[in-house]
Parts: sequence; structure tokens; C-alpha cells
Amino acid sequence: MKRLIVLLIIAVLVGVAAVATARAAGDVPLPATPKAFKGEQCVEPVGKMRRLHMEYLLHQRDETLRQGIRGKKYSLRACIECHAVPEKPGAVERSVEPFCASCHKYAAVRIDCFECHTAKAEGNGGQALRLPPRHAPAKENRWKAANTQPAELASQIGFYLADKGDMP
Amino acid sequence: MTAPMDRERRRFMARALALTAGGAAGLAAVTLGPGLVLVQAAQGRAPGQPASAKVRWGLLIDTNKPAVIWDACVDACRDENGWQGKGNAATDPQWIRRVDLKDKRTGATHSLPMMCQHCESPPCVDVCPTGASFRRADGIVLVDRHICIGCRYCMLACPYAARSFVHEDVTGQKPYMPRGKGTVESCTLCVHRIDAGGIPACVETANRMDPEAILFGDLNDPDSDISRALSRHVVSRIRDDLRLGPGVMYRGL
Repeated sequence: MKRLIVLLIIAVLVGVAAVATARAAGDVPLPATPKAFKGEQCVEPVGKMRRLHMEYLLHQRDETLRQGIRGKKYSLRACIECHAVPEKPGAVERSVEPFCASCHKYAAVRIDCFECHTAKAEGNGGQALRLPPRHAPAKENRWKAANTQPAELASQIGFYLADKGDMP
Repeated sequence: MTAPMDRERRRFMARALALTAGGAAGLAAVTLGPGLVLVQAAQGRAPGQPASAKVRWGLLIDTNKPAVIWDACVDACRDENGWQGKGNAATDPQWIRRVDLKDKRTGATHSLPMMCQHCESPPCVDVCPTGASFRRADGIVLVDRHICIGCRYCMLACPYAARSFVHEDVTGQKPYMPRGKGTVESCTLCVHRIDAGGIPACVETANRMDPEAILFGDLNDPDSDISRALSRHVVSRIRDDLRLGPGVMYRGL
């Protein structure tokens, strides 16, 4: 009798799971993420990027804007350069929005990155990046010699962390 | 029992740090040898390095130069940063503008470009309720649009009326200069160019027309062009009575 009840419970659970899976598959198809336009290797494994890309970008944006740290591993521009896909088949202009939207629509998470940042890739027909002039007087850059002192770095990071604590 | 060990460990760490610091300074000196200086300058700050408080960027503007230069600066800034408006003077953003002055007694006129003065003690930073308005280590005053709520206190606090509010949706932003509705913005001293070892767009344009019109450089470096000019000429800081320590200075006012 006991064995029968256990079997019954297991059967019910399996049934519920099957219905749930069928519903998920039937009503909301899993997102089909467009393949990266350029590049074969992301900066982190795909699973890690899916879970943590927002953390990486949040951390990076504060460092870049508030401390002026540039050229590190994560950057929204780098995401766009690889993941922007042609807006129409065969178009030259590439936008990253279809790539982001594929998962974000599924998860019903609205992002506002592209209210301010352009989603267009620079390489092919997007907003062309005008490179800054490379003729700054050499003497203006003497301070760089002292710029690598670890003590100063530490104090700046300390200041930054204290500052960040005040942020909402 | 552990206290002496900790002290010893600390002393060891201090020595190790001192050695590292010495090594780093030595390396920097080597890279700054003849011929390598230019490479260093062209690359801007090394990747991963924060802006340094050892440098303080500033501008020295010679207002005796013709006003067409300042108009060209405004155009250059607009093109560089993409803040062209929609033809409504009341709401269009304006990062830099030409101000005309007239001596009422003599009728003599004078023009100057007016933009964020990148103050030493910026009132916009004092009043910001979210910490969005901030001063970077190298003296550049910026808005962190990620946390700007668009309250516009900073616009009221600024005695130079240097800031603008973005009233309308923005499209076609430059990749290096994100802008969006509902946030405040102002001159960034072309921070993207400075970080890459360049000079601001207005300075580049003015230099092309007259190399003496705007000097850009490090106010903390006594050998920079701007510091030498500051030691030679009498200059004005606008609203110096407020003791804000502006990084933008004017000659000939």
C-alpha cells in the first residue's frame, strides 16, 4: 500500500513537470541568441557572461567614469563591437540591440543602456569614431612617470571605495 | 604572542612595498628616456591606470584673439560631442558658448568662450544630491549620468551657467560620449581625448587658427606651456570672488 502511494506521488510529480515543460516550450520559445558578428571567444565563458555580464559592466563603468581607468577587460564598447549584428540582412550598419533583446525580452528585463549609449558598432557604418589627435606635447605627459606609484593607487582606490559607499 | 609577529610582518611588507615602488619608478624613468617619451605621450595613460591627482588640467584663453576662433571652438565641440540641438534656444544643450563683452564707457568689444571652468571646489558637486556631479582626480568635473536624476540643482549652483539639461530623446550619440534625456551635461574637457593622450577638440581647432589662442596643459607641471605662460602674464579667473579655483583662465580681460 505504502509503495503504491509513493509510486502515485512520483507519477503525479512527473506529470506536473511534463506539463510545465510542454507549456514552457509551447508558449514562450527559448531565446535564440544571434551569433557574435566578430570574434570566436568572449572575455569570459558563455555561462559566466550570461549570469554576470551586468556585474562586470556595472563595475567597469564606475571605474572608467569616476576614476578614468580605461582599456580593461570588460567594456560595453567591446560587447557592441563583437555582438552587433546587421540591422537588416546584408545591411552595413550593425546594432547590438537584437542580441541584447533576445534574452532580455524573454526574461522581461528592461535595460536602459541604449538610452544614452549608442548601440551601433563603429566598424562598419555606425558612428565613426574620430580618433583623438596623437600630438599632445611630450612634456605634458611627464607626470606619467610618477603615476604608477602603488601607494598613490591604493589611496585613490580607498577614496573611491569610501566615495562609493555614499552612492545610493 | 602574535603582536610582535604582526609588527615584523608589517615591517617586511613595508620594505617589500618600498622595493616595488622603487622598481616601478625606475622602470618609468627608463621608459621616459630619450626617444621613448613620444611613444608614452601618444598612448595616453596606460590601460588600467586611473587619472592621477598629480596632474591638474587647465586652459589659458587669450581673449584678445578674434571672436571667429571662439565660434570655431563651439562648432568643434558640437561636432566632437554631438550635442547639436533642434533649433530651440531655450532647451537646446550648450556645452560652450561665445560671450560678448562691451566696455560701456569706450564702446570697445571683446569676446570669450565660456564653458565649464573645472573648479577646484565646484559648487555643482557640493549641491548634487546623488553624487552624480563629481570631480575626477585630475581636476575634470563630470556628471555620472548613470546616477544623475536630472534635478538640475547643479545648473542653479553653477555661477558660469555652464551646464545644460537634456530635454529631448537623443539618438546617434558618439560611441565615446553617451548622452540621454533627463540628465545634466557640460564640457568634459574632452575627457576621452585626454585619456588617450590627446587635447580637447576646441583647443585643437583654436590651435589650428592661432597656436596662442588657447593653451591646454598641466597646471601642476611648472615646465608646461600653460604654467610658463601663467607665470609671465596677468590672467583673470572669472568670478574669482567666489574662490572656486577655476581651471580655465583668461588673458586680456
